[in-house]
Amino acid sequence: MKTIRMLAMAAAVPALAAAAQADTKIGMITTLSGGGAGLGVDVRDGFMLAIEQDGREGVEVVIEDDQRKPDVAVQIADRMIQSEKVDVMTGIIWSNLAMAVVPAATAQGVFYLSPNAGPSALAGKRCHPNYFNVAWQNDNLHEAAGAYANEAGLKNSFILAPNYPAGKDALTGYKRMYGGELAGEIYTKLGQTDYAAEIAQIRASGADSVYFFLPGGMGISFLKQYAGSGVDLPVVGPAFSFDQGILQAVGDAALGVKNTSQWNKDIDNEANAAFVASFQEKYGRLPSLYASQGFDTANLILSALDKSEASDADAFRAALKAAEFASVRGDFKFGDNHHPIQDIYVREVIKEGDVFTNKIIATGLSDHADAYAGECKM
Amino acid sequence: MTYILVLEQILNGLQLGIMLFLMAAGLTLVFGVMGLINLAHGSLYMVGAFAAAAVAGWTGSFLLALIASLAAAAAAGALMELVVIRRLYRRDHLDQVLATFALILIFSEGTRWLFGSFPLFLDVPSYLSGPVSLPGGIEYPLYRLTIILIGLAIAAGLFLLIARTRIGIQIRAGEADREMIAALGVDISKLYTLVFALGAALAGLAGALVGAIQSVQVGMGEPVLILAFVVIVIGGIGSIKGALAGALLVGMTDTLGGVFLPQLFALFMDPASAASAGASLASMLIYILMAAILLVRPSGLYGGSA
Repeated sequence: MKTIRMLAMAAAVPALAAAAQADTKIGMITTLSGGGAGLGVDVRDGFMLAIEQDGREGVEVVIEDDQRKPDVAVQIADRMIQSEKVDVMTGIIWSNLAMAVVPAATAQGVFYLSPNAGPSALAGKRCHPNYFNVAWQNDNLHEAAGAYANEAGLKNSFILAPNYPAGKDALTGYKRMYGGELAGEIYTKLGQTDYAAEIAQIRASGADSVYFFLPGGMGISFLKQYAGSGVDLPVVGPAFSFDQGILQAVGDAALGVKNTSQWNKDIDNEANAAFVASFQEKYGRLPSLYASQGFDTANLILSALDKSEASDADAFRAALKAAEFASVRGDFKFGDNHHPIQDIYVREVIKEGDVFTNKIIATGLSDHADAYAGECKM
Repeated sequence: MTYILVLEQILNGLQLGIMLFLMAAGLTLVFGVMGLINLAHGSLYMVGAFAAAAVAGWTGSFLLALIASLAAAAAAGALMELVVIRRLYRRDHLDQVLATFALILIFSEGTRWLFGSFPLFLDVPSYLSGPVSLPGGIEYPLYRLTIILIGLAIAAGLFLLIARTRIGIQIRAGEADREMIAALGVDISKLYTLVFALGAALAGLAGALVGAIQSVQVGMGEPVLILAFVVIVIGGIGSIKGALAGALLVGMTDTLGGVFLPQLFALFMDPASAASAGASLASMLIYILMAAILLVRPSGLYGGSA
């Protein structure tokens, strides 16, 4: 027994020595079970693909499932910070979970990089030097859709979103850029799956277009029912209802729909081409925008680790802010509130062989920053 | 606001009510006959939808998909009854809730393990897609009309089954006095399995019918389950007639409230806050309805003196 332990220790010593040089622990809290699991799985897979391709030693990723519940996320975060001593945290998909976890984590000196949720509070008044958003501020894709509606000559939009904070941010974002009239504005129940009543109102409203923000299963239901209703108005939405994971479940009903996104698989740059090919090879499916956000988040962390250890907070923060990594989106930089300044594209849903996917048809907004940056004092 | 819009919304409410009835019928039978609270009824709805999506994917036939949903949900229900539920009849409601909640988690994660995390595709068959013109100039989706008709046919079938057949007599007798009918020589445990499988099959069919116009995904059953509980509480536990009345009432209230409350509020508020306040109140409406009915009739519309 004693010899075995000695041998084990002898074997462990070199490993310890190597690890001691640059041991960075990354805690990922994301949604891996239940209805919203598709998004978390994509973020995780994109993130781990980048870590694996980099292959460096001394970076450890701890992954936990938040079950889409704020209380579970908070418990995991406390454990990661206090007993596992993580340096960097990431992974949260939903804005309500982010609001529960991020302020407490950054206040304890941990870095948090958001691969998805971008609630307005964290971009404005409650911004923090240790908080970086690698995806978008929540309003951004909706603003681009409003701008696109003007350009496409839409003058009388019917808009709908679920009755919760991100839904209100969505319609606010759309109206911020959209210059036409509103034929109607509806807040649906969060998690609603039947939209017959709303579609009847759209039919009766005399609108010339429909804008909706219904993430996940809500969007699938709406689009299928909309297609079956015989209402034939053009539909515009943010990418969340048209991502790679969802499109196959919507089917033909989504064909031709315009949607806004900061990423698509046909953005022409080397990093993106390599990402799409390697993701498809490893996981056997096309990446979604969530996967691209996870991939970018990991590469941003790795690029900062090239310059500084995570324990040197000031240097690491400066390295993150510089964002010197090859983003799959092409140009990428952070504004003063640590949110992206980036192009947002308009995509159209097409069918490639048997697979439904998106194609970029225009740029909705160039070098777009969020509307809350001015409120951030740091 | 035109009368066409109102009529269309009434049809929508009817369709939602019919769908809820399919869920609530099984729930109320199981509660009435066996005295069991089955939280996992929503999982059977999900099983039906996934079975339909899988079979539609392999064969391309919607009819086969519906049959598969009935068969899969009935089989899952019978298995559930034989393995787990059977041990719970004599336990109190808290144990039943705990065990069937565990079943929800097992079914959800099991389904995710089998089918993956992404929603599945199940579409309306081409011969049922698109709108039809009804008298009065209403354009209404043919598929929703079909759901209404199928649901009404099933409701009629259930009434006949309960009122006119030997099984129905046994079910009603089991509700009234289970020791007595066991003493009369009816195999009570077989009857329970049968009732449970029947309820499960109806939930599975509802899942498949609705899955074609909504998204087939893990956890799809739970929101419907809550509504179904509201329905059976309003209708009176154990009563099929009550389940139908409750389902139609909830369907109508939910649909019409969601549409017309915001418009009512808009008469005296600015549009944005009217939309938001109206939507908030509309989502409470069925619970307010439930509370009001329970105040007047504590055991529900058609409930016996429990």
